[in-house]
Amino acid sequence: MARARDESSPLFAGNAAGTLRLIVYLALAVVLMVLDQRNGWLWRLRSTASAVVEPIYRLAGLPAAGARTLSVAFSDRQHLTSENQRLREDLLLANAKLNRMAAVAAQNQHLKKLLDTQHSLELNVQLARVIGVDLGAYRYRLTLNMGSRDGVKPGQPVIDAHGVMGQVIEVLPHTAVVMLITDPSHAIPVTIARTGLRTVAYGSRDGDMLTLPNLPLAASVRAGDQLLTSGIGGRFPPGFPVGRIEQVAPATTGMFQVAQARPAADVERSADVLLLHDQAEPEGPPGLVKPVGPPTSLEPSTAGSSASPPGAPPVERGAGP
Amino acid sequence: MSRQRLNQWWFIGTLAAALLLMLVPLPGALAPFKPYWPALVLLYWSLESEDRVSLGLAFCVGLFADVLDGVLLGEQALRLCALTFIALRFRSRLRFFPMWQQALAVLALLLNDRILLLIVRMLAGASVPPASWWFSPFVGAALWPFLFLLLDDLRARLRIQ
Repeated sequence: MARARDESSPLFAGNAAGTLRLIVYLALAVVLMVLDQRNGWLWRLRSTASAVVEPIYRLAGLPAAGARTLSVAFSDRQHLTSENQRLREDLLLANAKLNRMAAVAAQNQHLKKLLDTQHSLELNVQLARVIGVDLGAYRYRLTLNMGSRDGVKPGQPVIDAHGVMGQVIEVLPHTAVVMLITDPSHAIPVTIARTGLRTVAYGSRDGDMLTLPNLPLAASVRAGDQLLTSGIGGRFPPGFPVGRIEQVAPATTGMFQVAQARPAADVERSADVLLLHDQAEPEGPPGLVKPVGPPTSLEPSTAGSSASPPGAPPVERGAGP
Repeated sequence: MSRQRLNQWWFIGTLAAALLLMLVPLPGALAPFKPYWPALVLLYWSLESEDRVSLGLAFCVGLFADVLDGVLLGEQALRLCALTFIALRFRSRLRFFPMWQQALAVLALLLNDRILLLIVRMLAGASVPPASWWFSPFVGAALWPFLFLLLDDLRARLRIQ
């Protein structure tokens, strides 16, 4: 079909107005990007637009959910039976371990009470489901079906049955976005379980490994060492498995050792995850302690015969003779 | 009148479907092969009906895609604007290319788009993506003839109805 517009745009078109418009739009986009990078406009815009964005996420997550359902529906009985059997064995094993642990945990609780620390072994968690949505950030993000209406807050650690997965970075009313520990811009403080060495594990470029770039040369680190969260930094509670070291090599600078670790959590395939509710206590200098003196009830009696100040609390029990 | 409206809805529907497809993940190992759907659909429309696609529309689609993606506001707006501008500028020539040449042109456009994205991400402080990240433009170019024919066919049918 011939259009009138075609004649006005010749083969070697070069109208200045179009170029000018392009420059204006590009400049606008650049300004938006800079402002967003500085002020985080996008998140605010997203939380106001959540009424539109969230249904679209649910819609886009349908194919992944459908595929999951179909794979269950069409997998043969043998497969399901063997999987059921395996899960049953796992549960039995876990229960046996738990029963043995219960006594130890009770003892631990008791000892900790004696020591007056507040770390507890209780887990306060919330089960969330992963929505299969691709957010275009090289696949280092997960979307969960719970949001601020369900009490999810940014910064909450996310774990699965095997270890730490990541942390919540953005919350919409019914959706939360999780940054995985394998994200190159994510760092998690860890300790090596065998030696107690504290270090930091970063995400890696290829997306399914962790990198520990600055281990001292003298430190004893070898493949197979388990990494646990150290609790330093106060974001992740201590003692959760993070990964297992696969290889150690000296860094190219020769000043450190670099280790590669595989995440303990099933980062790629988890469909259900747990949101941890109680955050680790921030480690650092302790808060100001109120000056401790003799109990106020003793005060008047120690003041004795001298005139007590008018603001002094009334004496309930006679502590004096 | 209703034909006009149907056309309008069809146009909006394809763009919305492209945005939705952008969000749908491909399973496991196939994930890096996902083409950049909004760019392909915008390219189709800018080649086929110039009066519908403008830089402003590309900008708006990009902004909406950014809100959905949540990576960086304005990133896709910039990329889609650049892409649409080039496509509109060379539209008269691109339209009369044989299909394989058109697919090559689409490949060049999509590669250019990836390079733009890489520049933006690097400036924003992201790390260098893995090599598999570069597969997407090739998949997009390989899919282009099929997408083009499919959309053309559907459009012709809708016109006939």
